[in-house]
Amino acid sequence: MAMTEAHSTGIWSWLTTVDHKRIAIMYFVVGFAFLLVAGFEGQLIRLQLAAPERSFLDPDLYNQLFTMHGTTMVFFAGMPLVVAFFNFVVPLQIGARDVAFPRLNAFSFWVFLFGGLFLYASVPLRMMPDGGWFAYMPLTNREYSPGLGIDFYVLSLLISGVGSIAGGLNFLVTILNMRAPGMTFMRMPLFTWMALIVSALILLAFPPFTVGLIFMLFDRSFGTHFFDAAAGADPILWQHLFWVFGHPEVYILILPAFGIVSDVIPTFSRKILFGYPVVVFSGVLIAFLGFGVWVHHMFSVGLGPVVNAVFGGATMLIAIPTGIKIFNWIATMWGGRLRFRTAMLYAAGLVATFTIGGLSGVMHSSPPADLQQTDTYFVVAHFHYVLIGGTVFGLFCGFYYWFPKATGRMLHEGLGKAHFWLTFLALNVTFFPMHFSGLLGMPRRTYTYAEGLGLDIFNLISTIGAFIFTLSFVPLVWNLWRTWRRGEAAGPNPWDASTLEWTTASPPPHYNFAEIPTVDRRDPLWHPYIEPESRDEGDEPGGAVPRRQPDEPPEPVVMPNPSYWPLVLAVGMLLMTIGALGSLGLTLFGLLVTAVGLFAWAFEPPFGEEAH
Amino acid sequence: MEGPTSTGIPNRKLAMWTFIGSECMLFGTLIATYMIYRGRNLVPPYPHDLLNIPFITVTTFVLLMSSLMMVLALAAVQRNDLRATKLWLGLTALFGLIFLGGQYYEFSHFVHEGLPLSRNLFSSTFFVLTGTHGAHVAGGVIWLSTLLVRTVNGKLDARHAETVEIAGLYWHFVDVVWIILFTLIYLLV
Repeated sequence: MAMTEAHSTGIWSWLTTVDHKRIAIMYFVVGFAFLLVAGFEGQLIRLQLAAPERSFLDPDLYNQLFTMHGTTMVFFAGMPLVVAFFNFVVPLQIGARDVAFPRLNAFSFWVFLFGGLFLYASVPLRMMPDGGWFAYMPLTNREYSPGLGIDFYVLSLLISGVGSIAGGLNFLVTILNMRAPGMTFMRMPLFTWMALIVSALILLAFPPFTVGLIFMLFDRSFGTHFFDAAAGADPILWQHLFWVFGHPEVYILILPAFGIVSDVIPTFSRKILFGYPVVVFSGVLIAFLGFGVWVHHMFSVGLGPVVNAVFGGATMLIAIPTGIKIFNWIATMWGGRLRFRTAMLYAAGLVATFTIGGLSGVMHSSPPADLQQTDTYFVVAHFHYVLIGGTVFGLFCGFYYWFPKATGRMLHEGLGKAHFWLTFLALNVTFFPMHFSGLLGMPRRTYTYAEGLGLDIFNLISTIGAFIFTLSFVPLVWNLWRTWRRGEAAGPNPWDASTLEWTTASPPPHYNFAEIPTVDRRDPLWHPYIEPESRDEGDEPGGAVPRRQPDEPPEPVVMPNPSYWPLVLAVGMLLMTIGALGSLGLTLFGLLVTAVGLFAWAFEPPFGEEAH
Repeated sequence: MEGPTSTGIPNRKLAMWTFIGSECMLFGTLIATYMIYRGRNLVPPYPHDLLNIPFITVTTFVLLMSSLMMVLALAAVQRNDLRATKLWLGLTALFGLIFLGGQYYEFSHFVHEGLPLSRNLFSSTFFVLTGTHGAHVAGGVIWLSTLLVRTVNGKLDARHAETVEIAGLYWHFVDVVWIILFTLIYLLV
């Protein structure tokens, strides 16, 4: 029986796993590795810019590095780290034993991994893409970008995009359909709510980008004219397709961080979240408005004052639900019994630094202001404040919060706090001066700058900040090493938090819950409003939620079987992708492997034999 | 695992609806591109030189009839009438194949008349849009054929009606997309 089998740990068990917790760990490790690589690329960029007219990097390599830095951070670090948290936390928070489609979940991971590795195959070949992470046409057509670099970009994003869409579909169905009895929508934890919204965003935002990539692929490889002005087409179409995806993508990266801090701040304030429904619907509103603001990335194109004014106004509207969330977090902390553990420091740090990034965002939502700021370091400062001060801080917040749940061990608080303060310092030292260099007119994506423009000191400070970033990983790695050696046992609920994941053991058994819990209120582990007559004897709370899961399941649990077909299918798609660089034979062979994987997957029984 | 779901809708069916939602954005983007570029072609041949409305009307009718066959197949499998299931599933797939044959004829005719994929803006948008739809029809034909083979082998009966229903959702969606394409590309030429 699946539940009594020893949970094996060999390589094969990881290659065939469909367990959401293991897939989460793989997403996290790979995403974190890409974060380090892309961070290293950023560090190289800062070294080049440390002083005027340095020749540490040549312009060509510089273009490749900022393209790889941005592409990697968004698609192969930010998104997988977000999805790692979806994977680990969502099924536990809704009281489910796994996601709706465990094998599809494994497939999503493998195609993401192969997409990332495929992109990085361009590095040893010295053919990295160099058109920026947005790859504007016509710069990226075959005429102006003749090498394979842009092909690596297009194909890696196409294959990993398939995984993203599959993941969005999986989590949407999981959250809609797999909730424990009594877990109504308005009882869901905020992180699960944001995962639901983000899944919908992924499903709706990725297809336009996929189509744009296909157009680009066809223009480059088959001589079509989608972005060819000479044939009557409009290269601006690419910008529309990219940003109608690209702006929701920003919310795909930030809303999960908002969800994390919305769970963490109540826990460490000993208060329920202030204005729960308002925070939920602010998230919905941000996602909805996020589809109607993409032209603010294109103000300088010259689409006309009416278009720019409408999109500028819509952009300013987003400040309202975002501001509502910020005030709700502050109101949650207000008068609470605050415990500044590392996770809480990151949550509070997010509230502060994201607000700075949000304010500069409101500044360039106004087209006249944006025309001054566009393509300068002011914009670089803005989006690093929201992506690091928002997304990365949120992810580190979640990391420190759920690490004891995932591993059963406590991280060291002192080292965690050192890590927080170093990243907080690094963020501000690196990116605050860019507001000034940007307003002085320093352009982005230019490999150097001249002396005597007043830019030297700001760039030097930014480069010093980048070194502090590198330094900030020392306490983190030390902390992980220390915890690996001798971390204290965490117990099921070390933070005395309120949501379902804290009812089960740390780390959770592979079936998550011995008994599927029943939920009769928001924050089920906190019970301030329980009627006295519904209390059990002794200290145990009443209501339907047990404080602890039983050690053994009272009845047999049927879990999904491990499967290698998701991996086979992903390998088939990888072969097709490699073949698309110029080998029809390999493409056809990849198609064959894909077809075999698909059919074998479809006919493989998903559950143990006892399920029949 | 496959117990009752929170919404009452089976996971796989909800996944198909969700997937169709995502596909709407995919086809929406392709259709929007076609419409934005309509009338902007600078190099002959032009759409009205080549598009054969009577011929495509016939294949469109065949594709629409395949949706009717699909409805009958689902009704048959739900009442466990496997003979009828095989008939209607087979006809659905066959009608899909006829549509694809028509598309193959149309494409090769266009190429023969001097409109390869890389010829101009019309060829780019037309072939990629209708080709994406054709690929969806082809995927559906393979799916339906698989269901047919499994029915013939006695591995599919009324207990698997939901599988047929989900394939039907996909098939009807692909048909609806074609109605839009037929209207926008052919009738509004």
